[in-house]
Amino acid sequence: MVETKSIMIVGVGGQGSLLSSKLLGRLLLDEGYDVKVSEVHGMSQRGGSVVTYVRFGDKVASPIVDLGGADMVVSFEPLEAARYCAYMKEGAIAVTNTQKVDPMPVITGAAVYPEDPLGMLEKKGMKVDAIDALALAREAGSVRAVNLVLLGRMSRYFDFSLDAWMRAIDACVPPKFIEINRLAFMLGRGE
Amino acid sequence: MSGNDAVARGLYEAGCRLVSSYPGTPSTEITESAATYDEIKAEWAPNEKVAMEVAFGASLAGGRSFCGMKHVGLNVAADPLFTLSYTGVNGGMVICVADDPGMHSSQNEQDSRHYARAAKVPMLEPSDSAEALAFTKEAYEISEKFDTPVILRMCTRVSHSRSIVETADRVEKQLVNYEKRPEKYIMMPGYAKRRHPIVEERTRALVAYAETSPLNRWEKGDGKLGVVTSGTSYQYVREALGDSVSILKLGMVHPLPEKLILDFAASVEKLAVVEELDGVIEAHLRSLGLSPIGKDTFSLIGELSANTVAAALGGSVPAHRDLDEALPMRPPVMCAGCPHRGLFYTLAKKKITVMGDIGCYTLGAQPPLSAMDATICMGASVSSLHGFNKIRGEESEGKTVAVIGDSTFMHSGMTGLVNVAYNATNSTVIILDNSITGMTGHQDNPTTGRNLKGEPAAKVDLEALCHALGIARVRVVDPYDLATCDTAITEELAVAEPSVIISRRPCVLLKSVKAKPAVRVNPDKCRACRACMKLGCPAISMKDGRAVIDSTLCTGCTVCTQLCRFDAFEQGEA
Repeated sequence: MVETKSIMIVGVGGQGSLLSSKLLGRLLLDEGYDVKVSEVHGMSQRGGSVVTYVRFGDKVASPIVDLGGADMVVSFEPLEAARYCAYMKEGAIAVTNTQKVDPMPVITGAAVYPEDPLGMLEKKGMKVDAIDALALAREAGSVRAVNLVLLGRMSRYFDFSLDAWMRAIDACVPPKFIEINRLAFMLGRGE
Repeated sequence: MSGNDAVARGLYEAGCRLVSSYPGTPSTEITESAATYDEIKAEWAPNEKVAMEVAFGASLAGGRSFCGMKHVGLNVAADPLFTLSYTGVNGGMVICVADDPGMHSSQNEQDSRHYARAAKVPMLEPSDSAEALAFTKEAYEISEKFDTPVILRMCTRVSHSRSIVETADRVEKQLVNYEKRPEKYIMMPGYAKRRHPIVEERTRALVAYAETSPLNRWEKGDGKLGVVTSGTSYQYVREALGDSVSILKLGMVHPLPEKLILDFAASVEKLAVVEELDGVIEAHLRSLGLSPIGKDTFSLIGELSANTVAAALGGSVPAHRDLDEALPMRPPVMCAGCPHRGLFYTLAKKKITVMGDIGCYTLGAQPPLSAMDATICMGASVSSLHGFNKIRGEESEGKTVAVIGDSTFMHSGMTGLVNVAYNATNSTVIILDNSITGMTGHQDNPTTGRNLKGEPAAKVDLEALCHALGIARVRVVDPYDLATCDTAITEELAVAEPSVIISRRPCVLLKSVKAKPAVRVNPDKCRACRACMKLGCPAISMKDGRAVIDSTLCTGCTVCTQLCRFDAFEQGEA
């Protein structure tokens, strides 16, 4: 009996989190798990806070992750990582990009971007693994490959074989972008 | 596969021949996915009422048909629905309605189950993708067996969650023979009076079916707690309470069984109903003399979750840790380069009262633009502007407009414009023509010149249409040109006749729209006056006392360059 694990992929609408959840879903399916992936489309696509839930195990019931339920948060943006603190289990890990994106209330001056959002998470006992995914994505050849850098980083916390990840990339990415995405994944993984 | 893809797959496997829908989150992808099957004629209709009537025509012709919509779309299509209940079908007909508890992308969170009860048609509610596929196919069997349209009720968490399904081959269905049957299909009083008893008899037959149908599943637990539930709530109950709980999972949520529920209730010590939004199932249980835990404990508002179910019914709720301070919100915003921005900036600057409508441009209501006064439903901008101007006359006619997108105008703005002309107010309607249905993720519509399958199609000429509807003054502006927008709005508000301004510029996210080089800020010229911040452009922010532009977001629309008094913005080079 494999206990159901919950991952949240969070970020800003338009950053490419949908590909991450699709690829993760593919991998977990190929590894023989029951998987549920839940997204919200529509209005939240437009630069708002977005969240995707990925849950896997022997038999998954709820498609969404509730407060105190996430084993891992993968975040495209530090403020968004902090936003989902209450959804994390005690001592859960946040794998996050360090590139900040100001939300509109900060842009208009109605609010201030917190000085150290990741520190706020750590203060609550969460582990934080932060990388400059944008720089690594550039190194791989495309700023749009931030999602694969982050997946590479999160892959360090799972026992799935590198082959399995590569097969999932091949299955989910258009052929002409496979090389860049594989490279981005490896840079994130640190190999 | 997502719940929406699974419904589309179910349509394919069931031999459905025609799909007609209007896009609406969270239902949109069903029809997009159905369009990928060559065997299905799939179309975007101008609105949900048209879609349902097209599906009825296809059913009458003997083919299996389908229409899909979001919950508020069923309000638009309610007119045919109630009478289709009387006529019944020829080929099987399934109507999908996708509810949005929690209002992720909607203007209300109405519970569509009331429609099934009110229109007296059966409603099925799947709880994951596998059931979405299976129930879609079963819905056609019920439709044809009981001679009724069948509603398939989805919700955001089923539509947009992906889970495992098993697919099968398509089974082609022969067209059902068409014969003229006025007593069944012409619903004038004499015939309709004879159809109503048939509807009531059908409901009794469906209740009998519900008692034994495998759609309604009794999952036995230890007998202490029994929960009656359906749809996504079922998943939360399973998640929260594990295997010990007894569950009566209702796959058919209208009509509801009686004996099955009474037997279930008698088998458990404590009885609860877990359902999102209204207490529809609970009301039925109470009518049977039962007193379950229900809406006295669970909210009528928003979504449920495993934790809310666990907290109410004795499951374990995991601890969580809140941050010590509140974080800045991140609401959705108009994209950098959005053609709506220039127009809304102009409306805000001129302090115009704006009757809004449904689409991306509803984001114009958000700060810093805050250029909207009311938003109700599809098409309401035009009609409510007329009513507003009727009451306030010249005072408001000179400073009030309606804004409505191209697709929304096709949906139900046209009739409002006819009314403006016919009942004569000097109203000014702005059609935001971005050449696509934007909010729902880029669907073609009758103004784009392409159909759902991507083929060239008849293209509505908006200018000619507005003229034909009785509006003599129709002018077109480019929303990237602030001065022209300003002049057009001033002049059209001033004239003593109704007018239309078409603000025309394709959505910046369309693949056919190529971004221009990013605008740069010359830090020596920027005086930090923050005038550019009034645009609410996500590409512009203040860093170290100067405006800066995020070159990865900027599309080179140059609207900001037009309002900087110090010429600090410089157009990039190609």
